[in-house]
Amino acid sequence: MLELSILFPSVLNGLTTGAVYALIALGLTLIYGVLHIINFAHGALLMIALYGVYFLHQSLGLDPYASLPVMVPAMFALGYGLQRFVIGRASHGKDENILLVTLGLAIVMENLALYLWRSDTRTIETAYTFTTVGILGAMISIPKLAAFAGALAVCAVLLLLLAKTDLGRAIRAIAKERHGAKLVGIDVEHVFAMSFGIGLACLGAAACFLLPAYYVNPQVGNGFVLIAFTIVVLGGMGSFAGALAGGFIIGVVESVGGLWLGESLGQIGIFLIFIAVLLFRPQGLFGART
Amino acid sequence: MLEIRGLRGGYGQVEVLRGISMSIGAGEIVAVLGSNGAGKSTLNNTLCGIVPAFSGQVRFDGHDVTRSRYTDIVAAGLIQVPEGRRIFPNLTVLENLALGSYLRGRAKREQNIERVFAIFPRLGERVAQRAGTLSGGEQQMLAIGRGLMGEPRLLILDEPSLGLSPLLVEEVFDLIRRLNDEGLTILLVEQNVGQSLAIAGRAFVMENGAIVFTGTPGELLANSDLKRAYLGI
Repeated sequence: MLELSILFPSVLNGLTTGAVYALIALGLTLIYGVLHIINFAHGALLMIALYGVYFLHQSLGLDPYASLPVMVPAMFALGYGLQRFVIGRASHGKDENILLVTLGLAIVMENLALYLWRSDTRTIETAYTFTTVGILGAMISIPKLAAFAGALAVCAVLLLLLAKTDLGRAIRAIAKERHGAKLVGIDVEHVFAMSFGIGLACLGAAACFLLPAYYVNPQVGNGFVLIAFTIVVLGGMGSFAGALAGGFIIGVVESVGGLWLGESLGQIGIFLIFIAVLLFRPQGLFGART
Repeated sequence: MLEIRGLRGGYGQVEVLRGISMSIGAGEIVAVLGSNGAGKSTLNNTLCGIVPAFSGQVRFDGHDVTRSRYTDIVAAGLIQVPEGRRIFPNLTVLENLALGSYLRGRAKREQNIERVFAIFPRLGERVAQRAGTLSGGEQQMLAIGRGLMGEPRLLILDEPSLGLSPLLVEEVFDLIRRLNDEGLTILLVEQNVGQSLAIAGRAFVMENGAIVFTGTPGELLANSDLKRAYLGI
């Protein structure tokens, strides 16, 4: 059996990764909840954000955490523009079109990245990359701890925005009742674009938290989007609390599974959970039965 | 206040409204009657900018709003309480009311919420309840309350009595009369002919996307051919 002294650091490690997963999944579930589409470009857009953080560091010497005030608004603007002027325009009101457009965007972005930056895996090194702190006997790296705190903070801000502001209420209202939203004067196209923008802003923040302890290459988004998709299904499609809880669950399962089965098989647990959820609770942990 | 001239509109290639002309003066209750499929709801949604008009003109307060966006129409104070309520089921009663003043009446949001609770005390008892869990009657109250939150200058009520118990129907019509007494202009779209004619100053009868009768309730009730042909009474 596993000893607690090994298990605890592994769980802690899983929680820190899980917080970033939750942030990525929150963006995905927000876009799904409002637009009723799976954003296939989510992974590719995370990749773009990671390159953004990378090049800000390489060319301007900007610390990844200092890139937050640049990357979050930049990704928001990209998302707003994409939805308003590309995805929304091309969809002609049909959900399946949106699906294909985001898939197409993902392919274009990935190959553009391959063309521009080649398939090299790149990392950055900061003064704190290999610094660790001890928590109850477990060693954890500073970048992971920062990612955990940062991702939680962003999630909290996002949940507050959704719960307490008129924009947040409008986003939730449109998710269930578009016609009614129009009748109180909510500009549906604008709120769609805001939702997409906020979803991508989450990716911008996630990229800043990820890069100090992670890497970037043109395919880096694929692994994340698969996990984020699992989290969204696990938590319940469109459920914000579900994305948060699902992120932590998946993070811990991956980490503990890796400990047990080895790094390469660690993700098996995630997909076993995925299949179990689909079989026994298809609406997800927090999803409403429809 | 509202003037409609030769309005044609519909969905895609299908023309539903075939040249509607009518007018509503400030302070009036005007009833639009007609059976299912007569085009009443399409008329409402065309007025509100949700369904595009093919031709003709809609003037609200002297301004041409025929091709205005739905947001501009709400901002001008032409507000619809739709058929089927269309409240936000996943939001609380309070959040539904708050969103009623998303665009218009925001400054007086708190005050107007109190006013809605004074009109519908039952909503005041359920502020934190999700709207989707309300009874049908309560949902209708919430829909009307949400409409009032936008401080309408003209309120369109589409089938407000649909699916309500006779007692509640009575209550809703009482309320419509009261709101009108306070100076609100109301366009009442109904299948409930008797109750509607009891409170309306004028009535229009729609059939197949056209208006087949315009006049006072008295004139309509005196015309037995019309009643039999279009209203089934």
